[in-house]
Amino acid sequence: MYWDSGLMNQGYSGWRVLLEGFRGQSGWGPAWRSPEPAPEYDVVVIGGGGHGLATAYYLAKTYGIRKVAVLEKGWIGGGNTGRNTTVVRSNYYYRPSADLYNHSMQLYEGLSKELNYNVMFSQRGMITLAHSRHDLEAATRWVGAMRLNGVDSEMMPVAEIARRVPALDTSASARYPVWGGFIQKRAGTARHDAVAWGYARAASNLGVDIIQNCEVTGFVKDGTGRVISVMTTRGLIKAGKIAMAVAGHSTALAEMAGFRLPITSYALQAFVSEPLKPVIDTVVLSLATGVYLSQSDKGGLVIGGALDLYPSYAQRGNIPTMRNVLGAVAEQYPSLGRVRFLRQWAGVVDICPDSSPILGETPIDGLYINCGWGTGGFKAIPVGGTVLAHHLATGEPHRLARAFSLARFTSGALIDEAAASGIAH
Amino acid sequence: MLLIECPWCGPRDEVEFQCGGQSHIERPGPPEAVSDERWGAYLFERINPKGLHRERWVHAFGCRRWFNIARNTATHEIIAVYRMGESSPDAPSGDGAVP
Repeated sequence: MYWDSGLMNQGYSGWRVLLEGFRGQSGWGPAWRSPEPAPEYDVVVIGGGGHGLATAYYLAKTYGIRKVAVLEKGWIGGGNTGRNTTVVRSNYYYRPSADLYNHSMQLYEGLSKELNYNVMFSQRGMITLAHSRHDLEAATRWVGAMRLNGVDSEMMPVAEIARRVPALDTSASARYPVWGGFIQKRAGTARHDAVAWGYARAASNLGVDIIQNCEVTGFVKDGTGRVISVMTTRGLIKAGKIAMAVAGHSTALAEMAGFRLPITSYALQAFVSEPLKPVIDTVVLSLATGVYLSQSDKGGLVIGGALDLYPSYAQRGNIPTMRNVLGAVAEQYPSLGRVRFLRQWAGVVDICPDSSPILGETPIDGLYINCGWGTGGFKAIPVGGTVLAHHLATGEPHRLARAFSLARFTSGALIDEAAASGIAH
Repeated sequence: MLLIECPWCGPRDEVEFQCGGQSHIERPGPPEAVSDERWGAYLFERINPKGLHRERWVHAFGCRRWFNIARNTATHEIIAVYRMGESSPDAPSGDGAVP
């Protein structure tokens, strides 16, 4: 067995690739263990997406809590972590959001080294296009807010945008004329599967049990109302503390535990084209259409847009939204009008009334939550894991997460970032 | 693509409509007797079920009237369309959840 060979804990390196080249690639094994669930853990994390895996990793690494299980209904990274459009940015308006997402960006900058796993983080910049005087005023205000929050960002004149994105129609007769825009140069893309796999491998190496095909079917509480176990399709598992990071299915789990959340689930579609030669070397988002695109290292255009605007748990999306998104691409990038598409899908995203996440305690003792990231959870994976691990380990909210407690929906201290995606969700 | 049976205009394409979210939410009162918790729950908490959901829609690019739909959020199957003020034919409970 590979597991007995002791190779598992060896890091990935150029030498290892060379060595395996000589050995006919015979020495590679699974990147993480798949053990049977133990009867009891210190912490059980429900949800094997990026946020759940990162939480387990930081619990083990930062706080030395290694009796941790990650329970995943399907396969790790098979939900929104593998369904997003891979953009990482921190162009938010309010201070708490800027601090949170910018910390995530900084963690992404060191993530490949941290995990010894190439997450292909590429800081290719993200350009946000303004298509009217009003867009331009909003963009200017947005850039001002970002800079006051300590996030570097700058306005970009039309000529510079045209130089950087030659495929974009910046002519005066364009259907969506470009008045200007702004760029966050440190924004970019990362390989989404690699983020899930990298965290899984690193967590597994620290002793975390990653248990796939294990659906949570209920909670067991003691006499005081504290959750003490989870019922799963693979048996009852006792837990000191339980955390849930299940995005679009948060309300379903909350219902099982006995509370409600200010979350509505929607389908958010993504599209990938056939591979093309390099045509766009940055991420471009249009404020008029809400459509954004980038090009993957494989050459496919990765495109996203607005939500399907009614509650949905269908991971496919409907035709009218698809038509709006792709129509906008064809108008804004005339040379891409005849490009064919390979794939289309949707992720079920957890939308909060103020478009900000919910982090920390729930009304149920012993149960902690990470949800409400809505359409932008991928970029927040490292910080989502960091703050939830901190809360689980210390019993206190992380300083970056304090403003994002569930209690804000009673106190009224909302953090309304509805405009921060640049898309009218 | 949804084909929605507007109670006044008949079957129309989904692009003519907008969804207004969960139906049958009752405003708590009187205002001075409502706690912050209850008010927060009224404003923000939603049942968000995977399955049958009763929700308000408006025929925005048609007669512009509001009505209710009972729809499955996983399959998008429309089970019933009924007017404002009517209770859902399948489940007359108060909070939009179908037991």
